[in-house]
Amino acid sequence: MSAKERVAGNVANYVDERTGSAKWLKKNLNKVFPDHWSFMLGEIALYSFVILLLSGTFLTFWFDPSMEHVVYKGSYQPLKDVEMSAAYASALNISFDVRGGLLMRQIHHWAALIFIAAIVVHLLRVFFTGAFRKPREFNWILGVGLLTLAIVEGFLGYSLPDDLLSGTGVRIAHAIIQAIPVVGTYLSFFAFGGAFPSEIFIPRIYVVHILLIPGIMLALITVHLMLVWYQKHTQYPGPGRTEKNVVGYPLMPVYMAKAGGFFFIVFGVTALLGATASINPLWLYGPYTPGQVTAGSQPDWYMGWLDGLVRMAPPWETYAFGYTISWNILIPALIVPGIIFTGMALYPFIESWITGDKREHHILDRPRNVPNRTALGAMSITFIIVSLINGGNDLIATHFDLSINQIMWGTRIGIIVLPPLAFVITKRICLSLQRADRELVLHGRETGRLVMLPHGEFVEVHEELTPEKKWLLTQHEQAAPIELELVDQAGVRNPKTFRAKLQARFSAANAEAVAKPTAQDLKQLENEHH
Amino acid sequence: MSNELAPLSDPGLPAHVHRKADIDPVAEKRAEQQVAVLFAISAFGTLLFIYSYLFIDTESFVFIPVMGNTNAHQLGLGMGLAIALLGIGFGAVHWAKTLMSDTEVIAERHEMRSEDADRDAFVASVKERSEVAGLGRRSLIKRTLGLSVGLVGISPILLLGDLGPLPGKSLEETNWRRGTRLVTDPGDRPIKPADLEVGAVAQVLPELRPGQKRTLNDIAKDAVLLIRLRTEEFQLDAERLSWTYEGIIAFSKICSHMGCAVALYEQTTKHLLCPCHQSTFDVTRAAKVIFGPSARPLPQLAITVDADGNLMAQKPFNEAVGPSYWERS
Amino acid sequence: MKFLSKYRRHKFATPMLIVIALSTLGFTFSAATASPAKSELAASAKSTLIAEGKEIFLKGCSSCHGLNGEGASIAPSLIGVGAASVDFQVGTGRMPMADMSQQAMRKAPLYTEEETAALAAYVATLAPGPASITNEEITWERDGSTAEGGELFRNNCAMCHNFAGQGGALTKGKYAPTVMGVEPKHIYEAMITGPQAMPVFSDKTITPEEKLSIIKWIKSAESEPNLGGASLGRVGPVTEGLLVWTFGLGLLVAISVWLTAKSR
Repeated sequence: MSAKERVAGNVANYVDERTGSAKWLKKNLNKVFPDHWSFMLGEIALYSFVILLLSGTFLTFWFDPSMEHVVYKGSYQPLKDVEMSAAYASALNISFDVRGGLLMRQIHHWAALIFIAAIVVHLLRVFFTGAFRKPREFNWILGVGLLTLAIVEGFLGYSLPDDLLSGTGVRIAHAIIQAIPVVGTYLSFFAFGGAFPSEIFIPRIYVVHILLIPGIMLALITVHLMLVWYQKHTQYPGPGRTEKNVVGYPLMPVYMAKAGGFFFIVFGVTALLGATASINPLWLYGPYTPGQVTAGSQPDWYMGWLDGLVRMAPPWETYAFGYTISWNILIPALIVPGIIFTGMALYPFIESWITGDKREHHILDRPRNVPNRTALGAMSITFIIVSLINGGNDLIATHFDLSINQIMWGTRIGIIVLPPLAFVITKRICLSLQRADRELVLHGRETGRLVMLPHGEFVEVHEELTPEKKWLLTQHEQAAPIELELVDQAGVRNPKTFRAKLQARFSAANAEAVAKPTAQDLKQLENEHH
Repeated sequence: MSNELAPLSDPGLPAHVHRKADIDPVAEKRAEQQVAVLFAISAFGTLLFIYSYLFIDTESFVFIPVMGNTNAHQLGLGMGLAIALLGIGFGAVHWAKTLMSDTEVIAERHEMRSEDADRDAFVASVKERSEVAGLGRRSLIKRTLGLSVGLVGISPILLLGDLGPLPGKSLEETNWRRGTRLVTDPGDRPIKPADLEVGAVAQVLPELRPGQKRTLNDIAKDAVLLIRLRTEEFQLDAERLSWTYEGIIAFSKICSHMGCAVALYEQTTKHLLCPCHQSTFDVTRAAKVIFGPSARPLPQLAITVDADGNLMAQKPFNEAVGPSYWERS
Repeated sequence: MKFLSKYRRHKFATPMLIVIALSTLGFTFSAATASPAKSELAASAKSTLIAEGKEIFLKGCSSCHGLNGEGASIAPSLIGVGAASVDFQVGTGRMPMADMSQQAMRKAPLYTEEETAALAAYVATLAPGPASITNEEITWERDGSTAEGGELFRNNCAMCHNFAGQGGALTKGKYAPTVMGVEPKHIYEAMITGPQAMPVFSDKTITPEEKLSIIKWIKSAESEPNLGGASLGRVGPVTEGLLVWTFGLGLLVAISVWLTAKSR
């Protein structure tokens, strides 16, 4: 035994005598993780979160979350002797008078944008592959919760420096709170400690931003990962992969090296962005005052869709008995997002109700084999993109020589017309792809090589698929739709007729598919050819 | 349930294909060297970082194509850090990809559901232990437990009571009174009508009372925009026309939609545009909304001149300024 | 002929043809829309300056603005706009307007400085109006304050021209242009004449000293290097978001694909 092995052995013994960890470690160091690039999207989010914690902690050593009025005495000359809040002044101080401060500020902000972008693509991957199905419904809800928290956290974060752009955003958030019927004014006065902008809002959101929300997110992320660990990761269909196994690489050393390396890569790319691309140039925006605003006021991208919805909202307000309800604010800022996020959170249960499928699933779906779900996802993405476009309509207008009025009307109509169109088109594409798969399995791959037969006919040579490929294209299930049972065998009428009819309708639409070829089909084809 | 008769069968895991580094010792050595180079590059990156932090002046700039004149200190720090991190990352991943075993391993999955025996044992155990607590039998305890726990939850909520004052009438009030002079923002200079040409705008605030300090809270309600048109360009009723003075009209600068500052005045069209959500107001018709999500026009401030010929407010706003709220009538 | 038949089926033949066709189209278009040759003006005394201005006016401006500058449906009256307006509009190339779209675009001026001065002198005789300024008169470097200028800019200009003077959208396709790369006198003249959709900023509400400060701040922002890296246009979160989804996340996804790909 070498000296190194002896020392390692002593350490392991020390720990094991106190925790009994050898057994647990042995089992988990061999844990198998499937390897696919789309499984790394969640990791991008996780590592971005760690980067945010690290860079954020650095920033807290200098940031002063106070709205006290100070006169700027730092090194940035164009703001010399300008009156501003201490928060803004400390943010300028970090940017100009702390070495590495601007770099850390930029890494922090870029990491936040990447964090939420990664959550979104990770969510889309999980959605399109059906990884939210039993037993992972709760993990999905945790994920939706994390997305919501991340969006709020990001908004609070970029509002901390109290600059002109983010202050305008706070003004709008305040108007949303105030517009809530009955309790709006009380809620806004309580949140802000008085009328807008008050002197206590920044200190309050500081605590929420550096302690409360990160704490909750850390807890939720831990449960999220523990569930993945315990339930084992899903895997894509393929030869040798079943519902009862996991095929991949062991945690130690391969997964550790790849995942650990990837952390450094994500951090490195974020640092590269922080080094080379300017983000949130506070010193140009100037300190916030309610009498000023900049042209092209937008929130960060993950709230851009909300801005777009608010912009396109029709100017509806109702007045009754001396009270005002601002539908033009409530609908785009609270009601529609509320419906979207609630729908998202409940989706696993909605889908299992439609399909009637109550079994565990560990093999992922190929999106084309679940055309309704894929089309629904495409529809949602279209909705978000149209509203995002409207959120930037003034910048699009100046850049592309268009009119904001035309863009606004275009997106008002587009947001109603385009999502259903996207649904129909995507579903048809999925069904076509299913048909193409069927053709591939039955007739093989077209090689493009032409052969002239003795009697003069030209045929294209088809290459038969490998058994592995054939399996991949036919392993999916094609469930029959749920039968509508109005009266059961004993002659008793179904008390939930409306629900049952709805379920049968959705189930039938959901089950629309191109029948996959069976072994009989193949045999038949072989016989025909010979 | 399914409509398949006999599915194609699973051919099992495909045969393992060896990488070059697995079979060829030269390729293996080369892969090792590549990993080593990547780690060495990372070390160089850290050195660059340290050098930039200690020795590059924070005020020195360097020209980089596409990026323009950039702060060299910031760039050195950032690139140093990026290279340091990327070197480690790419090195570790390349090591795993080329040298570590890539034979796929199969592990078994067990059904999540517990064994029936375990479930039954659990249920029995819970039943037994609940009997010990006896909550089911002891309804007096149950009810008073609910009362005490429910009540204690109210205490922390009540502690939030001093988070802020009650709104009261404050949303309806501004610092504009009868006789308050309009002054420039910034500068606090009074304004005479002759100071404004036709087509001119001015950002104004109410003149400070003696001893009063202006806060951002004041600006959030008091900010007003003055615009001068020709009197014949107005399309106002008699009352609103009397709130103007020689073609000068004043509106609250706080958008009636969500409170951004509205001051984009288009001289040619006589429209005011709010940059936040593109609500458009027609100045000639008392800031009537002609496009966008705002549901109400901007409140108009009635102005006239005082004895010295300076512009002043005739009376306070006739409605609350800023965004709508439930109690707004 | 031999050359053509030899390279007829070369793999670059089609791309070359496309390049030649596009270039021909492009050059022909540029030539056709090129500004007419600038006429030369001999040095003249002030009294003949007005006369020459009138001559240029009749030739190049009256078709839209009327023979006496009284305006028409397609162009506003120039009576009372003053020499400053002419110096600004003609000096920045906005006038003569290239096409009758939403608003006049800044472009290379058609007239020389002498011709512009002549036009300005003539229009000034139509009715009293703001006088034009020279760059030497605008002592922004000496008399302006950058910090105060920034505060004034954010209060009066940023809502249209954006916080960094990059420009912004107005209604129905109009826009507030960028204020970067504009001569100080043109900035000053724009403020006092309120060209097209821009309002007028009177000397009593923004004093001449304050106007100098605004110009000083604009020049400072213009020459300010990009302190944090590539500026992404100084238009805010939209371009930042675009960069994240392309260079940020896109790069990371590409790396993920490489990471999980089987090594050879």
